[in-house]
Amino acid sequence: MTDLVAAPPLAGLDALDLLEAEAIHILREIAAERERPVLLFSGGKDSIVLLRLAEKAFRPGRFPFPVMHVDTGHNFPEVTAYRDRRVAELGEKLVVASVQDSIDAGRVQDVAGPGSSRNRLQTVTLLDAIAEHRFDACIGGARRDEERSRAKERVFSLRDDFGGWDPRAQRPEVWDLYNARVRPGEHLRVFPISNWTELDVWQYVEREGLELPSIYFAHERSVFERDGMLYADDPFVERHPEEQPFTTSVRYRTVGDMTCTGAVRSTATTIDEVVAEIAGTTVTERGETRADDRATEAAMEDRKREGYF
Amino acid sequence: MTALLRLATCGSVDDGKSTLIGRLLHDTRQIADDQLEHVRDVSERRGGGALDLALLTDGLRAEREQGITIDVAYRSFITERRRFILADCPGHEQYTRNMVTGASTADATVVLIDARHGVQAQTRRHMAIAELLRVPHVLVAVNKMDAVGWSRERFEEIEAEVGRVAAALGLPDVVCVPVSALHGDNVVEPSAHAAWHEGPPLVTRLEELPIDGADTAGPLRLPVQLVTRPEGEAGGGRRYAGRIARGTVRPGDAVVVLPSGREAVVEAVETLDRELEAAGAPLSVALRLDREVDVARGDVICAAADAPAPARELQATVCWMHERPLHPGARLLVKHGTRTVRAIADAVPERLDLETLGPVPAPDGLHLNDLGHVHLRLAEPVIADPYAECRATGAFVLIDDQSNATLAAGMVLSAG
Repeated sequence: MTDLVAAPPLAGLDALDLLEAEAIHILREIAAERERPVLLFSGGKDSIVLLRLAEKAFRPGRFPFPVMHVDTGHNFPEVTAYRDRRVAELGEKLVVASVQDSIDAGRVQDVAGPGSSRNRLQTVTLLDAIAEHRFDACIGGARRDEERSRAKERVFSLRDDFGGWDPRAQRPEVWDLYNARVRPGEHLRVFPISNWTELDVWQYVEREGLELPSIYFAHERSVFERDGMLYADDPFVERHPEEQPFTTSVRYRTVGDMTCTGAVRSTATTIDEVVAEIAGTTVTERGETRADDRATEAAMEDRKREGYF
Repeated sequence: MTALLRLATCGSVDDGKSTLIGRLLHDTRQIADDQLEHVRDVSERRGGGALDLALLTDGLRAEREQGITIDVAYRSFITERRRFILADCPGHEQYTRNMVTGASTADATVVLIDARHGVQAQTRRHMAIAELLRVPHVLVAVNKMDAVGWSRERFEEIEAEVGRVAAALGLPDVVCVPVSALHGDNVVEPSAHAAWHEGPPLVTRLEELPIDGADTAGPLRLPVQLVTRPEGEAGGGRRYAGRIARGTVRPGDAVVVLPSGREAVVEAVETLDRELEAAGAPLSVALRLDREVDVARGDVICAAADAPAPARELQATVCWMHERPLHPGARLLVKHGTRTVRAIADAVPERLDLETLGPVPAPDGLHLNDLGHVHLRLAEPVIADPYAECRATGAFVLIDDQSNATLAAGMVLSAG
């Protein structure tokens, strides 16, 4: 720590410097203003960036909150392994909220059959975990470029007693002055990388030298095609008889539950190659790889109103 | 290096704002195939046939159902020269509240005018708010030029009127650009129709604006967000973490912690595992000081040579953003920087005329979407600069301590 580093020329900060400064400020605000925040970590690239930003915000101290994963039980094993390794490296506390536990406790009913997904069941598990641990703020890696209703959401977004989001009753958000006040039973969802795009995230991963789960890079995988998307050939994902698996080179653009996350054909094995593919892509990441957003025109808005991430 | 420009657009659907934003996104190739397909589908279902680019900006179900825009939406786009974050402020419903929200973080605003109608009351309001919020650059897009036959005379008439409004408000350098968002003329691509117009298309203008949003040259102000320390180390090692609101900080700088007034010298300016030679607004850093001083969240670390006096009273301009009006004697919370203090609004407020910003008496208080002057008496001091000197240290919000609602956006006129 003795060599002084030349700061970027003060007038010449680039977009990533400013997005990073904003995100660190947001993380410090929520940590200072709420008693029991939690950082939601899926093992995906956005939440990996959040962990890095939390290091920048709070080191050399500990994180002032635990890290929580809502585990559907149908996650990619590569991602679960990454999660455990990364949290251990950081020496922070991990809470796992399990959809299987919610099913076993009779809180939700499992779904079965081709096309079924535990994705939506996560909402109950998440809200139960929030109640059990009395969390008053959940920090998430959602971005405004992901989906239309997200473009309208605040950085500090209030949830009522039922975890619901009311898009018409949002608090005005001006300058960088965030209102973090909640009443008992309410909580906040806080999105430090609201203003980032998929490309910003990849460029930041590259700039910071962050490790990602291997499924983000091209690999040979047995997959099958459904509605134009490639799903992993795995016991968790039920196939129709006509859906024949085949092996091809793919990577994932988003990492969610195996049952609703599609892969894209790719040969990109390095960050540079992935960034080049993304810069040239003509389909949004959620449109290409998330079955959960294809259900209806307002699928994400509806799930958010119910308390989804 | 890609620089970032924060942009606010204001105008109504009638001016073609949604179409302009759709055009910006489409012609800078931000629209993915699946989004475009969605727009094509909906355009056809509604019986239009022609591609309705305005549909790209509908975010919420209620907006699609009612064909209106309810709330500020934030979108990103990137060109070869610059990364943009665009706050899309609807012009009809809640327009003052929405525009203040978008303008509060903007480096530049684009005000839309329909060439057929010219400068309207709404245009004057939008320019007034841009001035009030001190948005560094104001551009006017004179849209629907195709509907006036690309008349140079019409454009110059509007340009002259915009110039008069700008001069009356004290807005410097307002640039007008003739465009047709519907046909894509002079938005991203230059247009033969606008050959008589000196100056580049709208997006080129935006790419070339100097970015001077943060004030790195002024005296240091660092509102402390929290204090961190290495785990397991007894005493010492404390870092004061925050985002630089104004100025630049270097090791060796003499600072004063306000409101306590204790002085110290900066020992190090840190980010994760690095020490910096210097850091300026708006970076997030952590400072180590050369001695043990009592510093807590809400304190402001200031340049010792140029620090404001802690203020127990604020004279301020506010934009009222809530259905519950402001009456004299109201008890409120002021959140300024990282400090939240109790306050009483203790004088009859004045309302500002939305077009001229001239004050008028407001005996029934301030109502939703009013701008006005208030006088606030504070239970504890804040460390503020006039908003005219620095946006980051002159801004505050008012919060209702019962409902927790955010009531107003405020700008310090004077602090005493």
